Amino acid sequence: MSPADFTALSPILCVAGTAVGVMLSIAVRRHHGVACGLTVLGLLAALAALRWALPEVPVQVTPLFTVDRYALFYIGLILATTLGVVLFSHGYLAQRTDRPEEYYLLLLLATVGACALVAASQFASFFLGLELLSMALFALIAYPESGRVPVEAALKYLILAGAASAFLLFGMALIYAQLGTLAFAAMRAVAPSAGSPLMDLGLSMVLIGVGFKLAIVPFHMWTPDVYQGAPAPVTAYVATVSKGALFALLLRYFLQTAAGSAIPVVTGLGWIAVASMLAGNWLALLQPDVKRVLAYSSIAHLGYLLVAFLALGALAIEAVTFYLVFYLATMLAAFGIVTVLSGTGADAGKQGLEAYHGLFWRQPWLAASFTVVLLALAGIPLTLGFLAKFYVIVAAADRASWGLIGALVVGSAIGLYYYLRIVVVMYREPVGAQTVVVPPWPARLALIALTVFLVGFGIYPRPVIGLVQAAIGPEQAVWLVPGR
Amino acid sequence: MIALWLIVIMLVGGIAAWLVAPLHRHASAWVAIAALATDFALALGLAVGPARTAAVTRIGAFFVNVAFPWIPRFGISFHLAMDGLSLVMILLTLFLGLVSVLVSWREITERIGFFHFNLLWTMAGVLGVFLAVDLFLFAFFWEVMLVPMYFIIALWGHEHRIVAAIKFFIFTQVSGLIMMVAIVGLVLAHWRATGTLTFDYFALLGTPLSRSAATWLMLGFLAAFLVKLPAVPFHTWLPDAHTEAPTAGSVILAGVLLKTGAYGLLRFVFPLFPDAAFRFAPIAMALGVVGILYGAVQAFGQTDLKRLVAYTSVSHLGFVLLGVFAWNELALQGAVTQMIAHGLSTGALFALAGLLQERIHTREMPRMGGFWAMAPRMGAMGLFFAIASLGLPGLGNFIGEFLVLLGAYQANAWLAAIAAFGLVASAAYALLLVQRVFHGPRRPELALPDLAPRELAVLGAMLVFLVWIGVYPQSLVDTVRPAILGMQHLVVSPPLLGRRG
Repeated sequence: MSPADFTALSPILCVAGTAVGVMLSIAVRRHHGVACGLTVLGLLAALAALRWALPEVPVQVTPLFTVDRYALFYIGLILATTLGVVLFSHGYLAQRTDRPEEYYLLLLLATVGACALVAASQFASFFLGLELLSMALFALIAYPESGRVPVEAALKYLILAGAASAFLLFGMALIYAQLGTLAFAAMRAVAPSAGSPLMDLGLSMVLIGVGFKLAIVPFHMWTPDVYQGAPAPVTAYVATVSKGALFALLLRYFLQTAAGSAIPVVTGLGWIAVASMLAGNWLALLQPDVKRVLAYSSIAHLGYLLVAFLALGALAIEAVTFYLVFYLATMLAAFGIVTVLSGTGADAGKQGLEAYHGLFWRQPWLAASFTVVLLALAGIPLTLGFLAKFYVIVAAADRASWGLIGALVVGSAIGLYYYLRIVVVMYREPVGAQTVVVPPWPARLALIALTVFLVGFGIYPRPVIGLVQAAIGPEQAVWLVPGR
Repeated sequence: MIALWLIVIMLVGGIAAWLVAPLHRHASAWVAIAALATDFALALGLAVGPARTAAVTRIGAFFVNVAFPWIPRFGISFHLAMDGLSLVMILLTLFLGLVSVLVSWREITERIGFFHFNLLWTMAGVLGVFLAVDLFLFAFFWEVMLVPMYFIIALWGHEHRIVAAIKFFIFTQVSGLIMMVAIVGLVLAHWRATGTLTFDYFALLGTPLSRSAATWLMLGFLAAFLVKLPAVPFHTWLPDAHTEAPTAGSVILAGVLLKTGAYGLLRFVFPLFPDAAFRFAPIAMALGVVGILYGAVQAFGQTDLKRLVAYTSVSHLGFVLLGVFAWNELALQGAVTQMIAHGLSTGALFALAGLLQERIHTREMPRMGGFWAMAPRMGAMGLFFAIASLGLPGLGNFIGEFLVLLGAYQANAWLAAIAAFGLVASAAYALLLVQRVFHGPRRPELALPDLAPRELAVLGAMLVFLVWIGVYPQSLVDTVRPAILGMQHLVVSPPLLGRRG
């Protein structure tokens, strides 16, 4: 590895180094503030290192990683989201556990895995990144071991993620058996011209493995229980970073290997998208618990993402990237608010609508922020959500995928109902004695930043669009040459 | 720039009204009045100034035009323009905005600042809809106006407000999303044909489209506009929303929001898809006639006063639909006049229903009666607006309905003849309303104070405008005429790109 390679990898190295630093600091002296502060500093340093790495890209670092503008953009997105999760976590953990320090260590390890995923250039690093992410998540889901529910959630996640990994490995093996290479870039050249059943099978198994992690229908069963059982900031992490990183990788893999030419697989993905949009929204409608509503809503949003993904062209990269920026920011804010309002008792995992009753008249800013988030999820103008949905529609209409667009319209119609139900509850007259939860200042800071982001760029989206377009470098143009 | 100021004043006024609420019980109402009056004065200035000299050009008769680049990635600009049609719709909107603030003076007692904020932001969204000539911007405002309206119904409405508000929101938002898809489809078709990616209305005029593409895209636009209008199979949200909304909400819904649907038909459907629209015209006119009769019959059968008035809206807007799709100058003038007159007469009837409910806490007509003797001024006002609604000559609605029928007769004599029966039915429900509420035996158990000076002034102003339109419709016709000629011009003569190519 040359010095330039190290420079290009510096953001990931920064995060990994911070993980070691946090571990050492715990060994010397346990202190919540120190561990959290070191994590924040490490993440900020990694974000700063992006600027340093930018002139060196695109560069192939060992056969495992490609660091290009696309990878750097997603690393930046992951780091920023993780930073938000850390800010929400501090207050949450301080109230609930005496030993919160290792939490940050695990979070950093998961982030290293996520960053490795978006830079992966072949199956080995793909698997490595995914397992690093998942391993850390098992422990995180059960972290403040204050009852059975988190452990149950972690076990569920562990078993299903294990099964998913098995599918993934088998699929990779089948593809390797056909093509004789693990590297994405080489696969395009050696891919069989005619449809090969074994290739399609391998690809499908990879997609099943990824589908579990993305929680798209019909691989979504674990989501609501894990979302509800896990500590709220960890749920935020599972819903945002873990899914976003995997989706970015999926897009890279699909386009770089010209897997989109496998017609049966693409058709299957189309049905998965439709099922995710319809079933996700429909099941969200039936949930009494806000965490579960958000869990199903995230399933539906992955369906919308798949619609953009299936456009499989230059516009698809742009639309998916824009949508992920919106999705990560919005879901992070949504679970951030859930975190702030979480109870500390035995039923801390549950969060019925009553917790939000009359919230606006007690804590107007918190309610206003949640209103923005919910309207963004529903795709209403003045928020980034409207533009994200617009991007998806443009990408799909460009491919004349009217069926997918139809499902999207029906899905968002159902979605409106449950988002509005929460909104209206917040503005009703307060009943009885209500407790006012004052969010700790780091959480408040993150919420303000996210709300301003969602509204500000919802009104004036040019900077975000510019950044997203900058993420698509010349290397991505190669992806778009039609496969043989 | 004045077009932008109209919107900005509403947005800033809304925030200001919310902020000053703690100072005094009526502080936010006064701020709202100030903002609306300023806008009204600005719009009136345009009506007596530039609107009189607007020239009909190849792209219409716009006399206000302002554009900034907004999202250049997709060729979207913040482009506002105003012609005579937009101007009269804006005048109506602002006037009814003032009415809404004044009729809510005592009705709204809680969260007053937030109420006026929502009211003014709804106004801002509606003004944006009437001014936008960028299709993305239009869809943007189309949905922006829903959110504050949703809050007005859901928070200050009557018993079943939540269900009504959600129904209203879902109907309009989903149909708006379908319109968004159609807009994107049209823009992409234009992009493929010309290589320019733009959402600008003027650039998209005359986009060459295949017959089936034009039909599908037009249906996408129609989905939004027919739901909003509402045309009959899509009207089910309307009686609930109008009935459950607070008085101000009903006035704005009936007076203003329904007109955005008709405006969309005039501004977008015909100029963008002339051939498809003409092919669809018989069906649309038939829907209009069905609406006229169905609305009147339903109104006749209601016992809830606000529900009755809501169904008369369905009937009156049927005339608008009939007139728009007849697409000749007489019918179009009639449709626009009907929109204004309906806004005033139905707005006034909703205001009266609200004032009654404020006093006797019911909307059920079987529990009313004999109110003329108890509150003669209210009775006189009720009678006036009821007969305006039935189309008595000399009042605005008569001019509108008469012109629509005259124009529609040229386009389709049979449908016009059937539609004329609507006038008979409207006489029945309007007189029934007066008879049930104001005549009959006195009800001494109810205390019914007569109209206060403030209420009398509001209703009096609406009365004056209705009489004015009825007696001197030429003033309105002259303002709107260049816009209508401009739009007809667009539809008849294919511009540069060769529409039938």
